[in-house]
Amino acid sequence: MEFIQIVFWLLAAGAILTSLMVVLPRGRNPLYGALALILSFFFVAGIYVLLVAHTMAILQILVYAGAIMVLFTFVIMLLNLSKRELGEESKNLAQALGVGAVAFIIIKSIIIVDASADSVGGDNLALPKGFGTIESIADQMFHRHLLSFELIAILLLVAVIGAVVLAKRTL
Amino acid sequence: MSVGELILFGIIKFIAIVFGWVMLVATVLTLMERKQSAFMQNRVGPNRAFVFGKKFPLSAFIGHLLSDALKVLVKEDFEPPRANKWLHLLGPGIAVIPAWLLWVVIPFGPGPMPGAEGDHPFLIANLNVGVLFMFAVMSLSVYGATLGAWASNSAYSLLGGLRTAAQMISYEVTLGLNLVGVFMIFGSTRLNDIIWGQGQSAWGIFLQPVGFVLFLVASIAETKRAPFDLPEAESELAAGYFTEYSSMRFAVYSLGEFIGIVAVAAVAVCCFLGGWQIPWVETPVDASGVPIYGWLTVAQIAIFLFKMVIFIWLQMQIRWTLPRFRYDQLMKLGWLYLLPLSLLNLVVTAIIMYAVR
Repeated sequence: MEFIQIVFWLLAAGAILTSLMVVLPRGRNPLYGALALILSFFFVAGIYVLLVAHTMAILQILVYAGAIMVLFTFVIMLLNLSKRELGEESKNLAQALGVGAVAFIIIKSIIIVDASADSVGGDNLALPKGFGTIESIADQMFHRHLLSFELIAILLLVAVIGAVVLAKRTL
Repeated sequence: MSVGELILFGIIKFIAIVFGWVMLVATVLTLMERKQSAFMQNRVGPNRAFVFGKKFPLSAFIGHLLSDALKVLVKEDFEPPRANKWLHLLGPGIAVIPAWLLWVVIPFGPGPMPGAEGDHPFLIANLNVGVLFMFAVMSLSVYGATLGAWASNSAYSLLGGLRTAAQMISYEVTLGLNLVGVFMIFGSTRLNDIIWGQGQSAWGIFLQPVGFVLFLVASIAETKRAPFDLPEAESELAAGYFTEYSSMRFAVYSLGEFIGIVAVAAVAVCCFLGGWQIPWVETPVDASGVPIYGWLTVAQIAIFLFKMVIFIWLQMQIRWTLPRFRYDQLMKLGWLYLLPLSLLNLVVTAIIMYAVR
């Protein structure tokens, strides 16, 4: 196996393992789940780097691990719930549905990978010059997808105003 | 070069720069800080530890460094009995690793001109994302403080950790937005390109004066120093998030903070004070755009260091002059004044750039 391939399998195994650690052991402090999620973001960022999408990898760490997960840990630490307050998790329909969904996704992805693995040749894998750089992403965002970019901006503005209105209900 | 060679070369460069240079500057800062605070408060400051007698040059300096190191090494390493053992141990490590990684994208000497091919001898990795890498790493340094605080299982620590998280998230935005103006003017996020651009036009402080002031304020808040030292406010929270840390673990925390201060100062020098550029001195380059290294290079590295020390000294002056903010004042300043001002600065910069072109 090539060096890059070994790195890929290590990163992929790490990403799956940490993702499982987010949800699997029950009745544990939620802070460990948050930490496992941060680690899994790092593994996914590593896979982005292997795909030559450097900017995506950095943004993944900057936005998810560095900003959103800080707020998650902030809230978990602020509430600092004990085991009693978290309550017992009930075994019910939702869990059964979750297991079913996981099984479905695994089977479906195996089918898709099996069908498409042979059609991906070595020739059409060549990357265009400047792939994954800030310039190319900005070009896509501000030229080709300008309308959707502006729409997302309006959506975020609406979300911000909504959050302010909800927080200041007693204004 | 093969992948293995590249990685090996990078690791050697990283160790040489971080442990040979940055750690040294950070340790020197601990003494400089104490001397400066003594000066501001009309005291003498540390004046007892001499190694080779009082006449020997740098005797007091080396003496205090050695006694500092000895002190943290031999002190009892106490762990609070009800603390979370593993996270308590990991906390200082998580705090210091991002501080080291900040140095991966900072060039402290001249490299090839923008667009020219060639190796940069004074830079660990010439990434396309440039300073964004640094911001990604800097946003991670919150975890060291907050996790260590949570694991200590103490009310003081927890309050300090929560304050750290809220403060660093608030001021990170301002810190980043004020560099965007510089990126817009020089058209790159690589610090090397920005420094070359400043040599050709003018230093960032003249092109982005408002940006520089806002960056200075946000950088003090980001490095958790007075008047923004609420996370470790001694008079309210004992020692804030590292109240329950002693001995070497405490030393690692404070070392991480000092390295962060040096790194932020280095970025300020690169983006606003011309980096390694000496005023009115042109860097000689050969035909392909790679600078010719010689004695001038040594002078340029020295002046980079000098500018960095000036910036850190300015921060220290502010630290020992101004009283601490109240918590609501801190949040108000960050979100109601600094953030709108930096957005306005960006809009004005964009309009001027559009008009000039």
